[in-house]
Amino acid sequence: MPRLSYLKALNRCLGDEMARDENVVVMGEDIGVGVAGVTTGMLDRYGARRVIDMPLSEQAFTSFATGAAMAGLRPVIEFQIPSLLFLTFEQIANQAHKFALMTGGQTSVPVTYLVPGSGSRTGWAGQHSDHPYGLFAHVGVKTLVPATPSDAYGLFASAIRDDDPVVIFAPAGALGVRADVDYADLQPVPIGVGTVHRPGTDVTVVAIGHLVQTALAVAEELASEVSIEVFDPRSVYPFDWEGLAASVARTGRLVVVDDSNRSCGIGAEILATAAEEMRLAAPPKRVTRPDGAVLPFALELDQAVQPSKDQLVTAIRAVMKS
Amino acid sequence: MNPLELYRVVRLIRRFEERAIELVRSGEIVGGIHPYIGQEAIAAGVCGALRTDDIITSTHRGHGHVLAKGADPVRMMAELAGRVTGLNKGRGGSMHAADFGLGIFGANGIVGAGGAIAAGAAWARRYQGGDQVAVSFFGDGAVSQGVLLEAFNLAGLWNVPVIFVCENNGYATTMPVEGGVAGTILGRGEAFGMPSVQVDGMDPAVVYEAAAEAVARARAGEGPSLIECMTYRFDAHHTFEHKARLNYRSEEELATGRSRDPLDIAGARLSTEDREAADAAIEELLAEAVRFACASPKPDPADAMDHLYATGLRARTGASA
Ligand SMILES: Cc1ncc(C[n+]2csc(CCOP(=O)(O)OP(=O)(O)O)c2C)c(N)n1
Ligand SMILES: [Mg+2]
Repeated sequence: MPRLSYLKALNRCLGDEMARDENVVVMGEDIGVGVAGVTTGMLDRYGARRVIDMPLSEQAFTSFATGAAMAGLRPVIEFQIPSLLFLTFEQIANQAHKFALMTGGQTSVPVTYLVPGSGSRTGWAGQHSDHPYGLFAHVGVKTLVPATPSDAYGLFASAIRDDDPVVIFAPAGALGVRADVDYADLQPVPIGVGTVHRPGTDVTVVAIGHLVQTALAVAEELASEVSIEVFDPRSVYPFDWEGLAASVARTGRLVVVDDSNRSCGIGAEILATAAEEMRLAAPPKRVTRPDGAVLPFALELDQAVQPSKDQLVTAIRAVMKS
Repeated sequence: MNPLELYRVVRLIRRFEERAIELVRSGEIVGGIHPYIGQEAIAAGVCGALRTDDIITSTHRGHGHVLAKGADPVRMMAELAGRVTGLNKGRGGSMHAADFGLGIFGANGIVGAGGAIAAGAAWARRYQGGDQVAVSFFGDGAVSQGVLLEAFNLAGLWNVPVIFVCENNGYATTMPVEGGVAGTILGRGEAFGMPSVQVDGMDPAVVYEAAAEAVARARAGEGPSLIECMTYRFDAHHTFEHKARLNYRSEEELATGRSRDPLDIAGARLSTEDREAADAAIEELLAEAVRFACASPKPDPADAMDHLYATGLRARTGASA
């Protein structure tokens, strides 16, 4: 079986979707050359009419895509860095997201916003290391954070085919993940459906994005001590509450590891919903970034602010004790 | 402006960048840098026309501006290496280096973000009764950012003592100016009523002349200006490009672009002895910068959220006990 990297999976998906549907066009900075790796080869295959290198006018090209989408296209926007989502928050949260309701259902905005390299990029400091998926979940924009190459392929495909705006975060820490895949198995993955990467009976660890690999490593290391089920929601909005409830029904215990700020992060929402709706044998725990985190530059500090393996182990042991 | 002083700044920046690239290669500098090599005449000429209490805002490609405005190269190198002895105590790195004591309101990781900040700072100095001016450096890519053009408008409306310095190096990463800029860069300044000039950004003396004129105007209360400095980036957009060959500039173009070197232009105006003496002093200074950076302590992870709030408010940590 061929070995496919996460980044190559995104690249492959984009190529397939552009082949499948003439209305799919891609916009972004340095996408012709393919600096981020997602659009590599697309300019040669599909030409400058469909692979559109943009000037540094993110606010304009985000709403440009909204207009094009309402006129019938399916634009994909590649944002070079995660903070561009802050710059274009108005265009996504207040324009693209609201048109369907405000027009009484007259229109839809099928735009996909892809951020390859979200979260810490190892030494890119305060303005390049955010991972703001929780922000979009809060607003209610469909928000996906795939963890594996086949989910990257499948969720990207679903995002492009979805009739609503969808933000898809490809964590910097996941871009290099590789897996053996049969190309024939690369299919759209439904939005809003989680997956269990490793079954277990004692505790459910909800892990998002690159932290799925961390959770799997911890589950393996602690295997003789505790049986850990690793649940990956894949979509943080809409969230697979049924899938989570089924897992928690098996384990009765819950830990969330979430690379976002603590206050109002998706981890908070997961714990709250579990407390309200699920039977827990012990108070749940979460491992997150600190409140209001700004990643400092020095590597030791950058890492200190991100959820760590050790913190996850401590949290798992704590919920097992009570 | 004294040709020796202009040369010294150009040379300092060039060698600083070359030494920093070595530290990127050896892993002492994590995350890489956006080298300023080729564009040194702009920082040298513009900052040469400023006083210590004038203000600058810089960019992702900011080392040259920060050094030319007077930041200590030793503490600057320590910052790039993420040490507590750095300008920002290792918290900012290459893209956020700042020294507020010298009016350096920071490099900035967001393209175009500095223009409005510089305008606001200049306006505040005027409000406080001072005669300081501010300079905002930005690239040709930044002129496509809405916020920069909005800043042009505010500056023009209120006669703010700010000088907008565009470093037109032909590219925004891989996007050529012709592909990204409709109309002209100068036309953007003129549209907001600003005196706007295009100058040779490879000659620090030429840049200095244009900057001195704009600074004098701003100080005299005659409002903002735009200076477009024509230049060329000799090295990578970012050091990641040293590994990933991106084909967007031909060998011929690179050779032509590098054929007018600010170091040669500025150096040709000096006697051999003066030039050699300046070079030797810079080598010594940078050897000390590298030594100091590598020997300085790294920050304590327990302090990761220090300085997040000016009031000292402590953020809750990410893992409960
Ligand atoms: C608003 C914004 N968009 C995109 C980026 C990513 N990016 C960093 S530098 C750069 C190119 C900037 O070009 P220019 O302004 O000409 O400056 P130069 O790099 O040539 O010095 C891009 C696209 C960013 N940092 N900020
Ligand atoms: Mg440029």
